[in-house]
Amino acid sequence: MTVNKKQKKNLARIIAAAAMTVALHFLPVTGAARFALYMAAYLIVGYDILIKAFQGIKNRQPLDESLLMAIATIGAIALALYEKSGNYTEAIAVMLFYQIGEWFQSYAVGKSRRNISELMDIAPDYANIEAENGQLEQVDPDDVEIGTVIVVQPGERVPIDGVVVDGSSSLNTAALTGESVPRDVAAGDEVISGCINLSGVLRVETTKEFGESTASKVLELIEEASSRKSRSENFITRFARVYTPAVVISALALALLPPLFLLLTGGAPMWETWVYRALTFLVISCPCALVVSIPLSFFAGIGGASRQGVLVKGSNYLELLSEVKTVVFDKTGTLTKGVFEVTAIHPERMDERQLLHLAAHVERYSKHPIANSLRAAYPDEADECAVEDVEEIAGHGVTARVNGDVVAVGNGKLMDKVGAVFQACEKHKDGTILHVAVNGEYAGHIVISDVVKPHSAQAIAALKKSGVRQTVMLTGDVKAVAERVAGELGLDQVYSELLPQDKVAKVEALLGQRASEKERLAFVGDGINDAPVLSRADIGVAMGAMGSDAAIEAADVVLMDDDPLKISTAVRISRKCLRIVKENIWFAIGVKLACLILGAFGVANMWFAIFADVGVMILAVLNAIRCMFNE
Amino acid sequence: MKKTYKIDVDCAACADKMEVAANKTKGVKEASVNFMLLKMKVEFEDGADADAVMQEVRKNCKKVEDDCEIFL
Repeated sequence: MTVNKKQKKNLARIIAAAAMTVALHFLPVTGAARFALYMAAYLIVGYDILIKAFQGIKNRQPLDESLLMAIATIGAIALALYEKSGNYTEAIAVMLFYQIGEWFQSYAVGKSRRNISELMDIAPDYANIEAENGQLEQVDPDDVEIGTVIVVQPGERVPIDGVVVDGSSSLNTAALTGESVPRDVAAGDEVISGCINLSGVLRVETTKEFGESTASKVLELIEEASSRKSRSENFITRFARVYTPAVVISALALALLPPLFLLLTGGAPMWETWVYRALTFLVISCPCALVVSIPLSFFAGIGGASRQGVLVKGSNYLELLSEVKTVVFDKTGTLTKGVFEVTAIHPERMDERQLLHLAAHVERYSKHPIANSLRAAYPDEADECAVEDVEEIAGHGVTARVNGDVVAVGNGKLMDKVGAVFQACEKHKDGTILHVAVNGEYAGHIVISDVVKPHSAQAIAALKKSGVRQTVMLTGDVKAVAERVAGELGLDQVYSELLPQDKVAKVEALLGQRASEKERLAFVGDGINDAPVLSRADIGVAMGAMGSDAAIEAADVVLMDDDPLKISTAVRISRKCLRIVKENIWFAIGVKLACLILGAFGVANMWFAIFADVGVMILAVLNAIRCMFNE
Repeated sequence: MKKTYKIDVDCAACADKMEVAANKTKGVKEASVNFMLLKMKVEFEDGADADAVMQEVRKNCKKVEDDCEIFL
């Protein structure tokens, strides 16, 4: 348990006053001595409140909470003196519980503040630079210029984004992506600040300044996030600003009106009873439970989400995310990998491997994306086979001599040109078909298409389960491909062959179709060329943003890696957080109102009121902290 | 011009009071207090002297909440 100096002192005061009060209960002192001893306990626990109350009067702050607490407790003591009951315990108890509440609040908030900043402690405060004598020197990362080679040792965090120039290792990216499987890196790979180097020493040439690096950006973003207040927070702030005056006016009315009414109707005014009830009101005049627990919930929610690789750029977006009923996806790069892979091989007169082998050889020198996917499908391409006379025919394909045979790889036009008789592929209407001919004779074809990400279907199902009503896919791709992917993933609607501006129009149409403004629409894209759509939707979600500033700028919610499952994680976290916020609002307002009503009818005394007030605050704060933990 | 200042305050309701007080100070266009981060973000009016304005903001905050601090 870590407590600061002020908390320690206050804790000591609380314990001392509590012990004195209990002891006094058993001591047979009466009269002035009794009063003096009780007052000592009262002052020990409450002197700072009295000083603050006095300051409040001096600065003309009529509704200062300390002043109201002071009036309530001094009033209770005055009543005890007036009634000669000698019952001073109540005033002390009120002060005591109030202080316990304040102490707990300060402790809990301080603790979660520390916990969350530990979660976010992803930017190291030094970088290692190799000095001329080969010794490592620790320098301030702010002073490291772009292009400097820094050394990251095992166990250290990468301080600045860069490219590995020497060494290989695996990196733990959990702090940024929530992903627990380490990522392997070697020379030539990009590394992102905030990752922990697990095994080998890495030499990294920096490509950004420290302040522009991913870890610093992410930190800045999360800090900024809690400044954008949600509707719930604004509601509570407004509520709190009227709550105290309302309670004070009611207390005044309660102290004056019923006795006057009784006097006028000829009864006994019973001043003491009504004044006492009014003082009970003042005890619950502080809106603290509400005011502290709501921002704490959002703060904890945003911190917890960042732990899972989901960056939410504001409390308001966390709130909107929890109300999402329609999720619109971009296809390429979001639900699909966006890289083309060989998905089928249909040879005519050789085996599949042979056909792929020939095609890969022909494409050996090509930079075309299709060539890359062929080589990826046949990794042993660099064998002894002789590849000569490579000729790229634009709009047709490539021909080359492989071990003496003329091999043509390309579209139908190329087949016509070399005189090969081919058939259109029956099974795979979508995707790109690559025909292969050997010495002018048709040898078969290879189908290349975009593949869906492994978690896409699961992500759609999870969204449906968490209450998203409609899932839509927008794509610039041809209809056949779009419908196959949509069918495979279980999407409700699909719109294909769209130009970028059509996507905005479609999102607008979908926004117009919903039953009410409260049914939010989220757009999920890769953030690269869908900025207009991202900003048009209620919430723009960009994925795979690790290292991409553009995506971080454009979106409201940023998923650090490109796993679509994170979208449902984000929605789930937001729903949980908002549920807790609502629980706290209703619970705290409910208990306060109940106390006021019971107090007005004399059912609840001051003990009860302060106990309920502090209790509700402690429970609300504990409930708020739950937002930080997501499985 | 926008600047962020570290603050110290004990309760959330008091942080809100500081926000109200800061917003009422002359030369402040908009101020927002973040209780969880203990930071005050102030946007100044054009041509305002930030340091002088912040002295006033500090004074006004101390008035509404004796037990607060703004680290200038």
